[in-house]
Amino acid sequence: MTTASRPAAPSLRASVALIAGREITSRVRSKSFLISTGILLALIIASIVGTHLFTSTFGDTRVAAVGVAAELLDGAPGLEIEEAASLAEAERLVRDGDVEAAVVPLDDPAPGTPGVEIVGLSDAPSALVQSLAIAPEVRLLDPSPVDQGIGFIVAFAFGIIFFTAAITFGGTVAQSVVEEKQTRIVEILLTAVPAKALLAGKVIGSSVLALGQILLIAVAAGLSLMLTGQDVLLTDLGPAAVWFLGFFAVGFVLLAAMFAASAALVSRMEDVGTVIQPVTWLVMLPYFLIIFFNDNETVLTVMSYVPFSSPVGMPVRIFLEQAAWWEPLVALALLAATAVVIVQLGARMYRNSLLRTGARVPLAEALRG
Amino acid sequence: MLEIRGATKRFGDRTVLDDVTFGVGAGRLTGFVGGNGAGKTTTMRILLGVLSADAGEVLVDGRPITADDRRGFGYMPEERGLYPKMRVHEQLVYLARLRGMRAADASAAADELIERLELTERRDEPIEKLSLGNQQRAQIAAALVHDPSVLVLDEPFSGLDPMAVETVLRVLAERAARGVPVLFSSHQLDLVERLCDDVVVIADGRIRAAGTRDELRARGAGRQWELQVGDDAGWVRGLHDIAVIDFDGDYVLFEADPVAAQSVLRLASERGSVERFAPRRPTLTEIFREVVQ
Repeated sequence: MTTASRPAAPSLRASVALIAGREITSRVRSKSFLISTGILLALIIASIVGTHLFTSTFGDTRVAAVGVAAELLDGAPGLEIEEAASLAEAERLVRDGDVEAAVVPLDDPAPGTPGVEIVGLSDAPSALVQSLAIAPEVRLLDPSPVDQGIGFIVAFAFGIIFFTAAITFGGTVAQSVVEEKQTRIVEILLTAVPAKALLAGKVIGSSVLALGQILLIAVAAGLSLMLTGQDVLLTDLGPAAVWFLGFFAVGFVLLAAMFAASAALVSRMEDVGTVIQPVTWLVMLPYFLIIFFNDNETVLTVMSYVPFSSPVGMPVRIFLEQAAWWEPLVALALLAATAVVIVQLGARMYRNSLLRTGARVPLAEALRG
Repeated sequence: MLEIRGATKRFGDRTVLDDVTFGVGAGRLTGFVGGNGAGKTTTMRILLGVLSADAGEVLVDGRPITADDRRGFGYMPEERGLYPKMRVHEQLVYLARLRGMRAADASAAADELIERLELTERRDEPIEKLSLGNQQRAQIAAALVHDPSVLVLDEPFSGLDPMAVETVLRVLAERAARGVPVLFSSHQLDLVERLCDDVVVIADGRIRAAGTRDELRARGAGRQWELQVGDDAGWVRGLHDIAVIDFDGDYVLFEADPVAAQSVLRLASERGSVERFAPRRPTLTEIFREVVQ
């Protein structure tokens, strides 16, 4: 044509990278995003550290022990033992306030009792009394490898992380689609790049953001657990958390494509909420299921395979050690296959609706062709 | 050369474009005029491929247009829009890079346009913080930043103050001088008349006139005449075969065929001195009013 050298067409990959990069920078630069991420991280750290502080006592109880009592108390949690040579010395330590109480052996203990007595000044520290109380032996007929309470907390945590991240970042994708339609910049963009590049850039950009935030959450939670000495829980949680990340990555691509395709049906920001409602419900479903049915193995098994709930269901089953090694692989393959189909349908809806302004585009028309 | 041939578009039962055919020559500033709802925007959207025609085709240098051609177009849509929160320079660079420019070239081109369009102080401000006039300049920059091979601008001058109009005009004329076909629509017919090489008039979805500005004006010429004499020209009003349109002492504007006009001139010179006698070239506004009726 008339002007000299026109630059070569950018490859699809280059266009997608450029578009994804813009999505990410524009989001990361927004103050509300930074503030909400900060608050989220603070809440997570505070809840882990707070729970730890609440359950453990504030510092160890100093206790004097005489003779065999010292051996008996050795290794008891929450106690700092100071060995005393005699009953008299132990009593002196209590009187002086050097220790809160003393544990001394009885001369002739009654059968079935610990054989020691607690010497306190005006009252006895409860931590000490507890550690000396006799707990009956427990025998489980069907032992669960993991504590039910912890199981629920983990299920709830996966559920709420999935739910909030999907809603937040899915909402961002939807808004970004409508922003381009509403400002009509989409008309300029489409003369430069194909619709599929635009969609792919948005989905990838928001997936990177969502995964990044979840990784931050994982790191914050892991560090908090380690710093509060709950490494044991961390080791149990590790594999489940890694699977969760994998499932989330694939599952979010699926959801983001659905959010984008739905949002493309409308042309005004005010209509975004209504049009993405069905997808929102789909995101909330696994969250509610996991809360109500986390102790129902059948429901959990079904959930762990259904593509929309497997990102929560399968990691929970992995944590509860209910899943065989191949199960997450099958579920992940199912999720990926669904994502491929949905992303293609979504791309068609997106392409068909992008340039249609005014009234909401009927779903049947968007899917045509 | 950008051409549209036989373009027809229906929305439901309504035919918005009916067999639209015209061309935009290389290096020509072409004004696209028509009333509201005449089909200007629809035509431009079809040229850009953001709307598909029911029939007809768009040609570039005589062959059907490709996506690659369109990537080289500069387009300013009717409803303005850039990313509200993106900074001016950053936004221009982004748009240029989407069209395949290297980052450094894109940045340099953006800076040059920012300077030409007098946006230097707003370079790193988000679009939403700019005044409407400055947003408009940024929008024009967005259409130009990738050194387009064809320019299609929908109402580029609306909302600009007279100074800004001149600035934008200079930039557009410069692009045309480099050989770029430039098509722009406008309601401001005086502007189109002043600066366009070619004019296309559309009404009710049909092209009513298309050609060089001078051709169009000449087409309407030859029917109206101006006569200025040394003394009172009142006697012209008594003549047959002519219709006086305007009369003011020694000046008269009348409509007549060339033979009748010549006889008026003869009569005038018999009566006294003739200061001026000439066919009157109608303004574009008058032609427009006439062709769209």
